[in-house]
Amino acid sequence: MAASAPFDRMRTDTAHIGKSVIVKGELSGSEDLYLDGEVEGVIELRGHRLVIGPNGRVRARVHARDVVILGKLEGNVQDAERVELKKSAIMVGDIVTRRMAMEDGAYFKGGIDVQKEAGKAEITPGLAALLSQAAAAPVAAGAAVAQPGSLLEAKK
Amino acid sequence: MISKWFGGAGGKGEDAAAVEAARTIRRSNGLSELTRALRTEEPRHVLDLGPTSPPNISFLTGLGHRLHSEDVLLASCDPSLLIPDSEGRMVMDVARFMNENLLYDPESFDAVLFWDTPDYLHADLVKPVVQRIHRTLKSRGLLLGFFHTRDAGPNAPYHRYHIMSNESLELRRIPPAVPGRKEDRRYHYFRLQRVFNNRHIENLFHDYASIKFFLGRDNIREVLVVR
Repeated sequence: MAASAPFDRMRTDTAHIGKSVIVKGELSGSEDLYLDGEVEGVIELRGHRLVIGPNGRVRARVHARDVVILGKLEGNVQDAERVELKKSAIMVGDIVTRRMAMEDGAYFKGGIDVQKEAGKAEITPGLAALLSQAAAAPVAAGAAVAQPGSLLEAKK
Repeated sequence: MISKWFGGAGGKGEDAAAVEAARTIRRSNGLSELTRALRTEEPRHVLDLGPTSPPNISFLTGLGHRLHSEDVLLASCDPSLLIPDSEGRMVMDVARFMNENLLYDPESFDAVLFWDTPDYLHADLVKPVVQRIHRTLKSRGLLLGFFHTRDAGPNAPYHRYHIMSNESLELRRIPPAVPGRKEDRRYHYFRLQRVFNNRHIENLFHDYASIKFFLGRDNIREVLVVR
């Protein structure tokens, strides 16, 4: 199918589970995985990408860096960087991710928690205004500028 | 349950094209008040009971909120929910529906997007669903509902609602299924079941603290209910 052509090319660099394969238990690996079969249990691919193909039927808890769903997933996706539901996706479960994309036509039942990236300060509109004011404010010649935590006080 | 709805992969391109063509933008005073109430530092929990909506998910999670999505109307169409009563008439298995859907802890949500679900839901499910929502809403939580006015006839178009901004919605009209043609289940059409008048709506939400009506220029009456 044209819709899955990019994923066909990807399969040469990726582990592949065909549509006739059934796995029960924990599925773990240290490479990307294209899954078009049936899996029940847990999928551990931390730091890697999981693609559930159009024939994929998964009932599992999923840990992966990126998750792309074209088939069916019943289970939670935890701590992902990016989750994408294609228009043929059917998912029941909760998603915790930093980024989320969903095509029109996808079916989803569950909770979505999009978490901001850890360690990045959030620039609110109010803070952005303050920062731009501070950047624009002129500094008097010869004035010492106090650094945070410095014992040097600015001369009046 | 999932396989019953989505046996095939995707649907006919013609249905998708028809849906694509029938889009209108509508200002919503009810949505405007609800999004204003959700404008807080802390993330809020919102429950969307309409069809899966990528724009709604994008909009609400973009505001930092946590969203739950559950298509109650589609779930109610499970053929196995209809069971024979003692006289052989097919009736809705309300107990089973409520045991399988809307399963949330009490006081889980700050807001519920009910859309026009009550106008289309099986009659026996309307009250139990509204009562279950009451249980899952936090105190002072909000419910946004849309109700057709009496000018809407049985052939009133069925729309899906997508949030475009704090105060506007995109309405996507879903065409009725064509006899003899396989329906695209991604865009399930529903026929209007009933029209509530204001008294009916007040009775429906009599367990709630307050109710506010917004009249629109189209055949839709918006309702913002406080738990």
